[in-house]
Amino acid sequence: MINAVPPAFVFIIGALLLPLLRGKLKSVYLLLLPVLGFINFINISEGIHWSFKFLEYELILVKVDKISIIFGYIYHIITFIALLYSLHVKETAQHIAALLYAGAALGVVFAGDLFTLFIFWETMAFSAFYLIWASKTKESYGAGLRYLLVHIFGGMCLLAGIVMHYYETGSLSFGYIGLKGLSSWLIFIGFGLNCAFPGLHAWLPDAYPKTTPTGGVFMWTFTTKTAVYVLARGFPGTELLIWIGATMTVFPIFFAVIENDLRKVLSYSLINQLGYMVTGIGIGTQLSLNGTFSHVFCHILYKALLVMSMGAVIYRTGKIKCTDLGGLYKSMPITALFCIIGAASISAFPLFSGFISKSMVVEASAIGGLIPIWFMLTFASVGVLEHAGIKVPYYAFFAHDSGIRTKESPPHMLLAMGLTAFLCVFIGVMPSSLYSLLPYPVNFEPYTASHVVTTTQLLLFGALAYIFLMKSGIFPAEMRATNLDLDWFYRKGAQIFIWFINKPGSAIMQKINKIFFYKIPYFLDWLTKNPVLAIKIIRDSILLIFSIPEKRSRIKARLKAEKAIYPGDSLMPMPIGALVLWSIFFLLLYLIIYYAKGYM
Amino acid sequence: MSKKYWFDNPKNVRKFFTVFYILVIIFLIAELFIHKHTYFPWENYPFFYAVFGFVAFVFLIIIAKHILRPIVKRKEDYYND
Repeated sequence: MINAVPPAFVFIIGALLLPLLRGKLKSVYLLLLPVLGFINFINISEGIHWSFKFLEYELILVKVDKISIIFGYIYHIITFIALLYSLHVKETAQHIAALLYAGAALGVVFAGDLFTLFIFWETMAFSAFYLIWASKTKESYGAGLRYLLVHIFGGMCLLAGIVMHYYETGSLSFGYIGLKGLSSWLIFIGFGLNCAFPGLHAWLPDAYPKTTPTGGVFMWTFTTKTAVYVLARGFPGTELLIWIGATMTVFPIFFAVIENDLRKVLSYSLINQLGYMVTGIGIGTQLSLNGTFSHVFCHILYKALLVMSMGAVIYRTGKIKCTDLGGLYKSMPITALFCIIGAASISAFPLFSGFISKSMVVEASAIGGLIPIWFMLTFASVGVLEHAGIKVPYYAFFAHDSGIRTKESPPHMLLAMGLTAFLCVFIGVMPSSLYSLLPYPVNFEPYTASHVVTTTQLLLFGALAYIFLMKSGIFPAEMRATNLDLDWFYRKGAQIFIWFINKPGSAIMQKINKIFFYKIPYFLDWLTKNPVLAIKIIRDSILLIFSIPEKRSRIKARLKAEKAIYPGDSLMPMPIGALVLWSIFFLLLYLIIYYAKGYM
Repeated sequence: MSKKYWFDNPKNVRKFFTVFYILVIIFLIAELFIHKHTYFPWENYPFFYAVFGFVAFVFLIIIAKHILRPIVKRKEDYYND
């Protein structure tokens, strides 16, 4: 074994050297880095490496087993593809953020203890945040901040859970956790937020469509799949996950139908796809976990392909909404073809990669006799066909001709997409190539006549329904609109909060301010100028209110006279002798109190 | 006169649909010649998957159009940020 380094370090240290390079050299370096990383990665044998003591804690930087290996493979492959796709980006900071992000994701996947995991976990949040901000639009500025705040919240849940977990078990090592007490729930929520659990998902369709076209390839890959990884390690076989996962497959497809922004459609599609993986973790059998991991592998590729094709559309046209696009196959036929391959893969048509992975999870639910879950997953498969299989390629490249004529995607983008498309088809045709990487032995044959025919029927008749609905005019027209999601609560909620602070809140504070710091001191100031006369004025003011009408004019005149002369002779009308006497009396009283206090 | 593309010709569109419908029919008939490997009794009903695919798709669209959209749809600049 040559001197290997932890897989995360190749990218993280590699990122730090990036500012020294320019032009062609930088491009070569960017492409070489994931290759180097990959060679380094396959040189690390299974087991525990780079463990050391930090304070009194035992930290394990790298722990390699069958599960982390499959993530290691796909993360290196996708980093190479995504870097190839983003070669035209001049801004070095974006490349640095992307490399840190990929490195941190590898760090989490190989982390042997919860502390290491947490450090990389937070690095992911911050580097991803930059990929949103790098769009440099007003929308991305806000979305980036919201992304960061939400993920810091999730990170804090995770950290609190880890600290409690350490005090409960005395160990930081990262293995099976299971839902038991508060600590495990906090960790579960921290993981679940990154996995876009229903209710905790709103950050995803909010932030992802606002990333840069190239940053999107990284974003759609790392955060959520890393969350799937940690859930599969910490909570396999947790029944709650079956329901969470099935819900995730179903609810986003309704949002995807009415969404106008195609990258937002892909965001909802991502939640839907994560649903299959989470369900697989929840079922927790060897078949379902194999299904989850193979689905991670396939999904990263075909989703990246779809995101890249949409990124190319943004790069060439600057537009991404259904209502703005259409007819692009005329200018970008190759991109359109790659997009269709991605769409066929995600829809799980036979001979494409989705077919050989998703069916494992669906079959696992059937074997487990989970009837409602099976129906939800099968229903969601039709939903995938609708939004990712038909809508994305159709509205971008076909539909009504928008009149946009542009150029085909640049060569490096086509190369990246072509490579990904090849892998999608290759895995679809040769599933054994992927199955051999899976952690458990595979007794699953996707290409049975029954499976091919039933799946194809399901999809073709879904497509038939689409044609029927289109021709009959029932299919909803695409509309320019904002469709609310749960981020409404913090986006509008924050506005309401700020309004409350500004309007009634600050008005009340101003009132209080005025009374305590203005009215009362001024009153006391006024009073002490001539207390005797002041009291007379107050007395007459009160008398005026309660007096009978006959007397009123007299009191009024007196009050007017008093006010006119106030403060008048400010000295109290008191002889000096009396003044001295009172002074001595109070000094004496003070002395007595002082001494009495001393003896108590 | 701008350049004509493949789908600009209605003939080609018809060709595309013809191929699609032929595929639909092939896979419908294919069911009669295979042994279905099933876990649930309803999977054995003839053309279960075909009917399910069609009905599920229509159901999805109707719900999204008539229930979800009226609830969540706002103006495009709703958040104004």
